[in-house]
Order: sequence, then C-alpha cells, then structure tokens
Amino acid sequence: MSKNNFKVLRPGINTTFQDLGRDNLYHVGLPFSGAIDKRNFLIANSIITNREDDAVLEFAYQGPLLEFSGIKTSFVITGNVNFKIIKKDTSEIKGECYRTYDLDNKDRLDIISTEKSVYGYLSVKGGFKLNKFCNSYSTTVRAEIGPNDGKKIEIGQTIILNSADSSIKKNLEYFNSKIEFIRVIKGTNFDYFSEDSIKDFTSEEFIVSKLTDRMGMRLNGPKIKNLNKTNIKSEGLGKGVIQVPADGDPIVMLSDHGTIGGYPKIAVVISADYDKLAQCPPGEKIKFKIVSLTEAENLYKIYTMETKNIINKIK
Amino acid sequence: MIKNIYNLGDAALYCDFGDTVNKETNLKVINYFNDIRKKNITGIKNIAPSYNKLIIYFDLELTNFKKIKDVVRNLDISTFEAAKTKVVKIPVCFDDEFALDLERVEKRLSLSKKEIVNQLISQKYFCYMTGFIAGMPFLGDIEEKIRLDRLETPRVKVPKGSVGITEQFCNIYTFESPGGWNIIGNSPKKVFTKDPTKLTLIDPGDEVEFFEISKKEYSKLNEQK
Repeated sequence: MSKNNFKVLRPGINTTFQDLGRDNLYHVGLPFSGAIDKRNFLIANSIITNREDDAVLEFAYQGPLLEFSGIKTSFVITGNVNFKIIKKDTSEIKGECYRTYDLDNKDRLDIISTEKSVYGYLSVKGGFKLNKFCNSYSTTVRAEIGPNDGKKIEIGQTIILNSADSSIKKNLEYFNSKIEFIRVIKGTNFDYFSEDSIKDFTSEEFIVSKLTDRMGMRLNGPKIKNLNKTNIKSEGLGKGVIQVPADGDPIVMLSDHGTIGGYPKIAVVISADYDKLAQCPPGEKIKFKIVSLTEAENLYKIYTMETKNIINKIK
Repeated sequence: MIKNIYNLGDAALYCDFGDTVNKETNLKVINYFNDIRKKNITGIKNIAPSYNKLIIYFDLELTNFKKIKDVVRNLDISTFEAAKTKVVKIPVCFDDEFALDLERVEKRLSLSKKEIVNQLISQKYFCYMTGFIAGMPFLGDIEEKIRLDRLETPRVKVPKGSVGITEQFCNIYTFESPGGWNIIGNSPKKVFTKDPTKLTLIDPGDEVEFFEISKKEYSKLNEQK
C-alpha cells in the first residue's frame, strides 16, 4: 500500500523542512537554523496537535503547489498566507490561516503567497516522515545538511507523510500584529560609530532591501559611519546581530547566518522582536529603538507568555 | 584569562580574551570551550570559539546573562584538561585550473609559484577556529614572505575545496561560498564530512600539514563532487 504523500508540482521560492533548530554546533560552523518565525511554527504544530518539535514545511514569498495521494490527511497553515485547496473535481476552497482542513486523495494544496510578510508554515497531522540530523529536522541549505539531503524542496519530488488520525479539527482566531519599533541592545562595537550615525540609527527609517534571505537581511537607509575600524578580528555571530560593513549599510544576521564574521557589531535585535523583524519583506520600513538588557529580558518573558496565551486559545 | 565579559544581545555571553591573535590566547579560548561543553551547564545552547573570543549562547527561558556570567567567572581553570589534538594531512593540487589568484599573488609577493607552494607546504599550521561556512578551518600562521591582503573585491563564488591565503592565515573553503581570500589551490578532501559522529576533519587546536598532489591524483581522490 502506498503511503500518504505529497507530490511537488511547484516547489516555491525557498521551501525547506524546519523545526526548533539545531543546538551545540556553532563551533563547527553550523548556525541554529530552524523555523525563522518561532511563534508561528509553534502555533502550527499546536493547532494540528503534533509534538512541539515536529517538522513543518517553511516557505517564503511563493509557497509550493502540492498534490496529495493517500487516505485523508489534515493540515494547517500559519502566518499571513494566501492559499487554496483544489478538490479532485476542480472545485476550489479558499484557505484561511490557523484553521484545520482535510485533504482527500488527489486534492491539491496551492500555497500562493505570503502577504505583507515573508515566511509561512505548513504542518500536517502526524508530521512528515523524515530523519533527524544531529537531533534536528532543520535543513541548512548552505551546509547541505538536514532532511531532503540538505536541499530545498524541488519540483517532481515526493514528500512522505506519517499516517495519523485526522478526526480532531482545531482552529484559532489570530492576527499577526506589527510593532512600531524593532528593539535592540547596543552591540559590542557600538562606540565605533559616529555620534551622528548613532542618532540616525535610532531615529531614521531603514528599508529592508532585496538582498534578504534565511542567512541575513541587508538594510538601506542613512549610511552608518564608522570612526574606528571597519573590520574587526573575525569572531562569532548570532541570530539578530547587526553588523555594519565599510559601505555603511547594516546587515542583520538571520537563522542560517555564517557563524564567523569580521564586521563591527552596532546592535543586536532583542529575542522578543526577532520573529517580527524577520517577517518584514523587502521594501518595508523599520525603525530601531535601544533598550537595556533588563528591559529585553522582561520583554522576552512577555513574548513567551503571549505565545502560551495564544496557544491556549486554540479550540 | 578572560579579560572582559559582555552581553551580546539578551541571549549570549561575549568573553573577550584580549586583543592579540596568537596560539597562546587561542588555546585558552579552546580550553574554556572544552571545559564548558563537558560540564553540560543548564541553559547553554551553543558555544562559538574564535581567535580571541568565546561566545556562549543560552536559552533565555531557562537562564539569563547574569547566571551564565557567574558560572563562567567561577570556572576553576586549574582543572582544565589540555585539549586532545591531532595532526591532519591535507592533499592540495596547485594546478593553474585551481590557483585562481596565483598571478596576483606572484606579483604582490615577487615570488614564483614554486616558491609560494614550497613555502606553504613546508610547515604545520595551527587551527584557530572553524566556521563561517560549515567546517571551514582558519589556519595559521603562514610565513611572513607569503602574506598579503584580501582581494579588493571579494568573489561571489569561491569553488568548493579552494585553498586560500590572506594576512597570517590560510583556509579551505568547505563549500562554494562568497569570499575574499587569495585562492592558490584546491583540496579534493571533504573537510566537512556530514558524518554526525565526526562532522569535521579539522578541529580547533589541531595541526594541519598540506602536501602537493598532481591533477591526476586530484581526480582520483576527488570527494568534492
């Protein structure tokens, strides 16, 4: 008997398997990776009643077109995503995020695009049939590791699903909100930059440029002037670190970032605001605001509490 | 010793071992790295050693900067064990096909290809750190007479396996990647193995020796495909 599976009719722009990420391998050059928008990842697995660390498909901008084969499965999509289900008889159902839907044999799921955001998540009941690599289902394309041989999803391939009972149907009323500022903590090279540039950095708008992917986000705006050294001795980086190279355009490190870098660090995005920053598509304007370490720690407590409250509202 | 400890954002500890990049300082970083890793301290998720810094990432839901800082401050360095290290031999082909920047290097250093290659393979190199891309070793120090700056304009794609030099260092590009080092050869060896039990051939603290191979030997040994 053939197993429940998806045939990939269109892979989408950057569709990969992800989970909570991979710890303890920075020293060999592997970043955390994992779902970029952790909150939407967790909500997806909660609605579909999977385990917290089950793998999902993460897509960016345009998502995949998948044809389901097998005996009924259920799925949920989270984020801000435009999608539809094309039934076998060609009738269409417009999809709503945070709602559980069924797929029958030969139904198609067309994940058309993310809207005013970058990343969306597809979780299926029972999860995908995958092997962990170093304790994680996250794919790190640049290092060619993780599920799917370390590759993005490709056209024509088959994705096997675990069999699962699909009788429970849970839903959530939820809207992804925007925040006015991206809050940051001063970086370890904060004092390398001119007073005027610090003022620009904390008061002017920056625009997310097209040079943005899972590794990093390049910003355009007022040029940040370095008065000290434009290169430092190469050292570790981290998610949310904002480096400023000699050209003065800041780069924010995202989940698949290179693990070592030699540009001065002006600031670091606080953990509570990382999801929201990473969801800003090219063209979006952002503003930074400096907060203290204590404020950042408290804001993270609020963020995790909010996530729990959202998950508790799933019915 | 750690000179200063700062926070890097709200979920990482940034330990500064001083400004100098040398083997002595780096070995201290590596010893701290090994000791902290061995202790399995609650909440620590990842540790990134580099030339003269150690960054410790922690889970903000389980711990915080102050707690991890206290733990690191109170480590008893007298109990640190010397890192277990090894010597790794790496074959390199210096054929013109692979030596993308040889012309520039010859001109800058006023040395012939033979002189440059012979100098590079004449000694062992210390591995300061691995990273940027998975498994990429930062090795040093190369002899003064073959030191030069990075390319003015970095390459968008450095081929996998490329062996490069810049300043006092040499490296191996374990994956195709953007990069600005002067490329003078290519190794057929897979330095990042993808074997979960032993991901890298070269680890921080190890010593690396290059030996020259012909193009014919390269094709026979090629694991980069």
